[in-house]
Amino acid sequence: MILNPKLLFTFSPLHRLQWEEVQQKTVILYPEGMVELNQSSAEILELCDGTRKLADIVKELEIKFEVSNLINDVSAFLEVALENGWVTQR
Amino acid sequence: MTLSPPKTITPPRWLLAELTYACPLQCPYCSNPIDYTKYKSELSTGDWKRVLSEARKMGAVQLGFSGGEPLIRPDLVELVQHARELGYYSNLITSGYGLTEEKIVELKTAGLDHIQVSIQASTQELNDHIAGTKSFEHKQDVARLVKKHGYPMVLCVVIHRENIHQMPEILAMAEALGADYLELANTQYYGWAHLNRDLLLPTKEQFETAEAIAQAYKEKVAGKMKIYYVVPDFYEDRPKACMNGWATTFLTIAPDGMALPCHSARNLPNFECPNVNDFSVSDIWHDSKAFNFFRGYDWMQEPCRSCDEKEKDFGGCRCQAYLLTGDAGATDPVCSKSPQHYVIDDLLATARKFALSENEKPLIFRNSKNARI
Ligand code: SF4
Ligand code: SF4
Repeated sequence: MILNPKLLFTFSPLHRLQWEEVQQKTVILYPEGMVELNQSSAEILELCDGTRKLADIVKELEIKFEVSNLINDVSAFLEVALENGWVTQR
Repeated sequence: MTLSPPKTITPPRWLLAELTYACPLQCPYCSNPIDYTKYKSELSTGDWKRVLSEARKMGAVQLGFSGGEPLIRPDLVELVQHARELGYYSNLITSGYGLTEEKIVELKTAGLDHIQVSIQASTQELNDHIAGTKSFEHKQDVARLVKKHGYPMVLCVVIHRENIHQMPEILAMAEALGADYLELANTQYYGWAHLNRDLLLPTKEQFETAEAIAQAYKEKVAGKMKIYYVVPDFYEDRPKACMNGWATTFLTIAPDGMALPCHSARNLPNFECPNVNDFSVSDIWHDSKAFNFFRGYDWMQEPCRSCDEKEKDFGGCRCQAYLLTGDAGATDPVCSKSPQHYVIDDLLATARKFALSENEKPLIFRNSKNARI
């Protein structure tokens, strides 16, 4: 699956993204499974709300964390997310 | 009191709520106890709510409503709603029997996350024979309705000698129904399946053919349908890492409130599992004798005790060790290092003889007439 920078990202309606208090972690829940996320992955997925493209997500995170050059990390993770069906593009 | 280093106790993550043992179907591989008619009392709605709340507070997040047939419980919607409010990711594990479109919508509104429908075979004749009840067409309708109402649709087919030859058709059926997940669960030989093992256990050739077909299909539908293939461990030389280790991750509550570290544990001899009527879930998980019994590695006998693979498989399954060797603390005989590994060879040979013979004995269906009291 190839990421398309022109399309918007939406978190999959067949999965659930949720903060777990006991684990102090955000997790993805789906039938028969659960993935624990680190903080940056969780931040990326939370921005996949159907209103943002790759560049928008990168820009927001760069501003929030006061860093630059996140494009490679973010797109690498979103590729993984697409492959696993956690997000879709429209 | 003996002083031993405290064991690290991880919180439960998966809770299986067996709401009732009642079921209109009669699957001969049912994992319910063969004396299930003995346990007539069922937890009240209030008790279930308390159990769900306590386990959630400890960290449980994946929740399965199962049985028997959980749809039989009139308070199912109420429990689903309570689970949603607590933040569980909840799953209804159903035969589909009695599931209407109205109920599917009602459960969705209450917050149910997904529905797992079991189908016994790819043809009506075989499905209805194995289920012991006419149910094939209704199950297909239910699968379509689950999909229609926006749930991830999980289809579950238990695989055994009567249906293993249908593997290509089962895969095609799942794809045609639009399943998001297909669970191909090779029969695990506990409960009724243990009773019917000679008739259900496929031959090695049948296993290998079916597995190759399923693996190839997995690639074909990658990205569309996820296939979970549950391996049958009798043909392996290492046991499964049962329950991800005793009382580390999974908690089952039986219909009568008995708390089980694994859903067959109530059959272990001289093994008193605690009941949620008497203790809190937290006390049960942390302090009960049953949950601590096979926790960690101290309980192990040789060859597990000094084995460098014990952190991988935890010595295998306690219930399988008991059923096949008579000792719940023994190395799972599936392991080729087990001194009792020959029992696996023997049972495979016996099942094979039945498979190749012309006149097989009849299956024992799960129903109250056949239940051992
Ligand atoms: S395995 Fe069959 S008989 Fe047993 S509870 Fe499930 S549907 Fe009912
Ligand atoms: S001896 Fe025990 S721990 Fe070692 S591989 Fe076999 S079952 Fe696992």
